[in-house]
Amino acid sequence: MNFNTLQQLGAITAMNLRNIPSRLSSSLVAAIGVAGVVTILIGVLSMAEGFRSVLQYAGHDDVAIVLRGGSNDEMSSGLSLQQTRLIADAPQVARGADGPLASPELYVIIDVPMRVTGTSANVPLRGVEAHAPQLRQDFRIIAGRMFKPGTFEVIVGQGAARQFRGLTTGTTVRWGSTDWYVAGMFADRGSVAQGEVWTDATVLQNAYNRGSSFQSVRVQLRSAAALSDFARTLQADPRLTVRAMSERAFYQEQSRIITAMIESVGSVIAILMGLGAVFAALNTMYSTVAARTREIATLRALGFGALPVVTSVLTEAMLLGLAGGLLGCLAAWLGFNGIETSTMNWASFSQITFAFKVTPALMARGLSYGLLLALLGGLLPAIRAARQSVVAGLRAG
Amino acid sequence: MSVLKYLPLLRANLWRRRIRTVLTLASVATAFLLFGILLALRHAITGGVELTGADRLITMHKVSFIMSLPRSYLNRVASLEGVRAVTGLIWFGGTYRDERTTIVAQVADADTLFAVYPELALPALQRRNWLQDTTGMIVGEALANAYHWKIGDVIPLHSNIYRKRDGSNVWDLRIDGIYRNSIGGDTNALFFHYQYFNEPRAFDRDRIGWLVLRVSDPAHAVAVGRAVDALFANSATETKTSSERAFAQGFINQVGNIGAIISIVVSAVFFTMLLVTANTMSQSIRERTAELAVMKTLGFQGSQILGLVLSESLLITLLGGGLGMLLARSVTVVTRRALQQYLPLFDIPAGAWLAALVVAIALGLLAGALPAWAAWRLKITDALRQGG
Repeated sequence: MNFNTLQQLGAITAMNLRNIPSRLSSSLVAAIGVAGVVTILIGVLSMAEGFRSVLQYAGHDDVAIVLRGGSNDEMSSGLSLQQTRLIADAPQVARGADGPLASPELYVIIDVPMRVTGTSANVPLRGVEAHAPQLRQDFRIIAGRMFKPGTFEVIVGQGAARQFRGLTTGTTVRWGSTDWYVAGMFADRGSVAQGEVWTDATVLQNAYNRGSSFQSVRVQLRSAAALSDFARTLQADPRLTVRAMSERAFYQEQSRIITAMIESVGSVIAILMGLGAVFAALNTMYSTVAARTREIATLRALGFGALPVVTSVLTEAMLLGLAGGLLGCLAAWLGFNGIETSTMNWASFSQITFAFKVTPALMARGLSYGLLLALLGGLLPAIRAARQSVVAGLRAG
Repeated sequence: MSVLKYLPLLRANLWRRRIRTVLTLASVATAFLLFGILLALRHAITGGVELTGADRLITMHKVSFIMSLPRSYLNRVASLEGVRAVTGLIWFGGTYRDERTTIVAQVADADTLFAVYPELALPALQRRNWLQDTTGMIVGEALANAYHWKIGDVIPLHSNIYRKRDGSNVWDLRIDGIYRNSIGGDTNALFFHYQYFNEPRAFDRDRIGWLVLRVSDPAHAVAVGRAVDALFANSATETKTSSERAFAQGFINQVGNIGAIISIVVSAVFFTMLLVTANTMSQSIRERTAELAVMKTLGFQGSQILGLVLSESLLITLLGGGLGMLLARSVTVVTRRALQQYLPLFDIPAGAWLAALVVAIALGLLAGALPAWAAWRLKITDALRQGG
């Protein structure tokens, strides 16, 4: 490309862009078309992202979760008291002042009405012992106090309190034939635990006729690298048929189906909407080219090359795509970011509370998709502009 | 006045800028393709609610559905007035080969199952065989297809919840029958005998998951439901009875507000399409200002011009809409078999066609309104002078 071409390129493109206001309504339509697609794409993906991150935050590499062999989730797992002790006593488990850092837990569900629909939902109710908060580094009580062991008291996660009815600190809720006092509310850096209700394990065992059994054990490993040794130790013990995995791997597995589903549905929607937007952009760019027929022919007659003409049309299309993409990012961020909702975790039929999450990476993805649509919409009209005959063009209009 | 005589004029107008007309048609068709697919998806997820029996109630443990009920509740409910039939079910938590894929396996009372679910359609011989074979099961057509199961196959079904006293979690089940659903509902499930399940299981023996009742008169369903819950009030195991429909709706609500999410997407799509079509129409009218003025000079009424422009716009949205919906229909037909296991009811519901027609007409009128109004108001002298 010589200097002359470059100069021509700059001149035509600048002239072209200065003229956009004269084609405002049609350019606006193309940009809004792209914006609509980008908004929806980011919106759908932000749902998958929020769902994934709520589970990811919960997962630490140096915390292991132990379930009964063959179980994939806490709901269907079961461990006897003796088994939980054997697990806690494994040498790879870190120890605190009062023994191993292990938390045997129960996981059941209770019917609580959702705020939005008023219909009942399966809210996870977790029975825990004293060590449970220590295994969740970001756990803190943000209202009220911890439940008193041995009493019908619960603490509720911040997300659960917002999604479901009646989980207000300082009040009493009735589940079945028992009244439970909501002693406090806790937060855990936006993790999955925030959508749960916690109570004392012994109380829950009695209320659900579980004897002295538990469903899972979480242990703090001495280091993340100790996981495979830990799993081997448990496997070698004939009294145990259990499965140990890192908390992170456990939650990744749980989120796999739903994120895959949301992402595939989202992609189909984005592709189809994208197709519609490309048609709209093509329409706009074709009429832009048609309106400029005489102008382009004049330029060609004056000695301007085909490349600068193509570039000027493409640049205009890309700028419209950029404007639309940015608008879409803004709309998605304003419209979706932080919206709290809950959905069914199919692994355990219980509710997972999460918030839509519009991340910079998702916005970049939306923006590049918008630019791609604009490129597709501008390419054919640009080629037509460059190929039209100068004579016919000058005569036209 | 015959509308038909304007058809050649309409066609000529639309065909003047072929690329533009085709592109506009294509974007409208894409919008309706998406519309059709999204409505089919919503139908697949929520359609089960419409197929629930108005005369069926579900009774479960008051605290949550994972807690079991004494089996003796069956007889006590059966003797209540207004109860036509009652059966007990247990969620088995079945898996086959891949322990990560749950199969909808339920433990049933064979004697009463068909009285409560008359839509389970099974050849008489297969039904008799199953009733006599305690180690047998009946499998829904979709499930049998998914795993290529045939009658006579023995399937080792694992439970991710229950254990036998010998520590195993496998129940071997012979396929005695393959059922269809006579009202078009889901057939992704299997049922096997309570006795065969209960005898060897290690815990929770003689208890069942939930009861399904069929009432004699749907008008009294609410009263029957209250009577059931009153029967067990203040006992160790209290119950909560709801209509099957409310239960199914509640379950779907738990998945998330699908209706709202789909509405947001559909409105975004149509807002965009409205802009595109309206823009095309006004461009097309602007280009023809001089021509419209000539038509007015020749004696065309303002209202006729208005009608012409609106018809043009309507023609595009109706053609595009029809094309898009037909495409959506082909998509559901082609993918239904592959999706049967996940979305058994993936099909465009009858109401969606009507909705599409209404939306297409509204879209056409809205998109054509502004240009049509401009054309109607057009002053001949101005237009001819401007058009040059």
